[in-house]
Amino acid sequence: MTDPLIIAGKSYNSRLIVGTGKYQTYQQNADAARAAGAEIVTVALRRVNLSDPNEERLTDFVKPDEFTYLPNTAGCYTADEAVRTLRLAREAGGWNLVKLEVLADQKTLYPNMPETLEAAKALIADGFEVMVYCSDDPVYAKMLEDAGCCAIMPLGSLIGSGLGIMNPVNIRLIVEQTRVPVIVDAGVGTASDAAIAMELGCDGVLMNTAIAAAKDPIRMANAMKHAVIAGRDSYLAGRMPKKTYADPSSPLAGLI
Amino acid sequence: MLITVNGVSREVDPGLTLAMLVLQLAGESGRDQRGIAIERNLEIVPKSEHASTVIEDGDKIEVVQFVGGG
Repeated sequence: MTDPLIIAGKSYNSRLIVGTGKYQTYQQNADAARAAGAEIVTVALRRVNLSDPNEERLTDFVKPDEFTYLPNTAGCYTADEAVRTLRLAREAGGWNLVKLEVLADQKTLYPNMPETLEAAKALIADGFEVMVYCSDDPVYAKMLEDAGCCAIMPLGSLIGSGLGIMNPVNIRLIVEQTRVPVIVDAGVGTASDAAIAMELGCDGVLMNTAIAAAKDPIRMANAMKHAVIAGRDSYLAGRMPKKTYADPSSPLAGLI
Repeated sequence: MLITVNGVSREVDPGLTLAMLVLQLAGESGRDQRGIAIERNLEIVPKSEHASTVIEDGDKIEVVQFVGGG
């Protein structure tokens, strides 16, 4: 039974996208990404450390021939910075599929939606396939979809907070109105959060800290893999209706 | 002549190309630099032009690569 996730015309078996930040080592990072069964990993673009040319490199551990790199714009606070960063990422790796995030505020890392929309339009006009980190506002989500983004990625809660899916009603509204994949990005803290996102009908989940900051990141990566699969199956299976009173599971007929 | 590489001032010889600068930066490590991208005065210089692009006095150069991120 195949149930691929299709983003920008490309098919993926895994619905779990993982980040590559905050791990103790790049080796642990690679092990966790494999344990998560992830096919796509987010990466950041930063200055080469000129003072230490022998510094370990992400690309030697989490290899671009094993994982699809999804360059992000973490740390960008304007549309111009984000566009500049992703053009450099395209030059560095040759990939058109990118994760756009334009932040508003250092304390919350909440997305700046007007800047995000402006950057999305500029990137799409420049040939990028844009997966976009956004607020859980269905109105802006629709604008981003109409602008041509290939995946809508609302936050479950603040980046790195681990608070879970704080506004399931809005996430569900976005799922119902959106024709491209909806991927909850940020806020997942534990496996049940990932399952809840999938049970809401999301097409995937993107997480970093929930795995990297777990006491045992490899085991948590495995837990997240199963949670996403379980949540997806549960959504597709269609849950039973809720009832106010009990309904016995054993037959009433033939009672002694 | 004086240029700026990744925000740090650096004295280089006239005639230096971007490709030669990248080799200098790799130092003794000799590791390949395929995963980098270069911006010169806010304009991306494609890899195919690194060898033919001569650095000029006062150039501001950024050399970037992928690192872990969420």
